[in-house]
Amino acid sequence: MTVAEIARDLEMDVVSGAALTDRQIGGVYVGDLLSWVMSHAKDDDLWITVLTNLNTVAVAVLSNVACVVIPEGIEVEEATARKAETENVIILRSKMTAYEICIKVYEKLKNQNGYDRN
Amino acid sequence: MSDNIIRLHYDIDADDFSSAGLASSGTKRMLNQLGFNPAIVKKVAISMYEAEINAVIHADGGCADVEITPEKIVVVISDKGPGIPDIEQAMQAGWSTATNEIREQGFGAGMGLPNMKRYTDDMKIETELGVGTKVTLIINVN
Ligand SMILES: Nc1ncnc2c1ncn2[C@@H]1O[C@H](COP(=O)(O)OP(=O)(O)OP(=O)(O)O)[C@@H](O)[C@H]1O
Ligand SMILES: [Mg+2]
Repeated sequence: MTVAEIARDLEMDVVSGAALTDRQIGGVYVGDLLSWVMSHAKDDDLWITVLTNLNTVAVAVLSNVACVVIPEGIEVEEATARKAETENVIILRSKMTAYEICIKVYEKLKNQNGYDRN
Repeated sequence: MSDNIIRLHYDIDADDFSSAGLASSGTKRMLNQLGFNPAIVKKVAISMYEAEINAVIHADGGCADVEITPEKIVVVISDKGPGIPDIEQAMQAGWSTATNEIREQGFGAGMGLPNMKRYTDDMKIETELGVGTKVTLIINVN
């Protein structure tokens, strides 16, 4: 399951990193406490957060997540989108809540062969 | 071998803490270029970022010195901030003195120091009230 497929099927806006969306998604992580995210998010996770400042981009790079998803139609700051673009971070924006995104992504990952996250 | 040592130095600016992370991202880039294993790079980058952010939000900035050898990577983050009154308490997961403004930026979970411990092989904190804090992070390559 690639970021592009998620963005298309779940009708999300691609805020940054449009050229990189063939990246594979391995799982999902939700959280707004950056230190917590850095200690628990796994490589290739789709990370859902309401944080839209520059630190979000830094943590996405350090944690090597597949992409960042901003839920509930929250606006992404211009500076954040620019930084994400230069740091090769994909940011998606969705109208759905974090909960709805989790369910939808889970269903998609589940239908994929061999997905077994623990 | 002494000719195998690479040293990096960064000033950590505090005036705009949203730009923090330059030292750790610069170090990460260098380690990637040198061909270090991604798992090692991640350990260094995350623990260094936590220490760098602490220098910014708790101590008004400072500096970072990195020493890279084939055997280990040593990161020293120093500041001239207020110091840490009780290191044991500060090391506890969840302990934080961060202000609301800082929390709104996504920091203040009280997980930075525990993360540093988790992502390093050895960690040392030297601190003196009113003088400053020096955090040393050591990551072994093998
Ligand atoms: N360089 C420092 N100078 C002064 N105090 C510090 C320094 N680093 C940490 N502290 C103190 O130790 C506490 C715990 O630090 P820690 O990094 O674990 O959590 P935090 O920075 O508050 O939140 P988080 O790292 O999860 O965003 C801080 O709230 C602060 O009181
Ligand atoms: Mg911290």
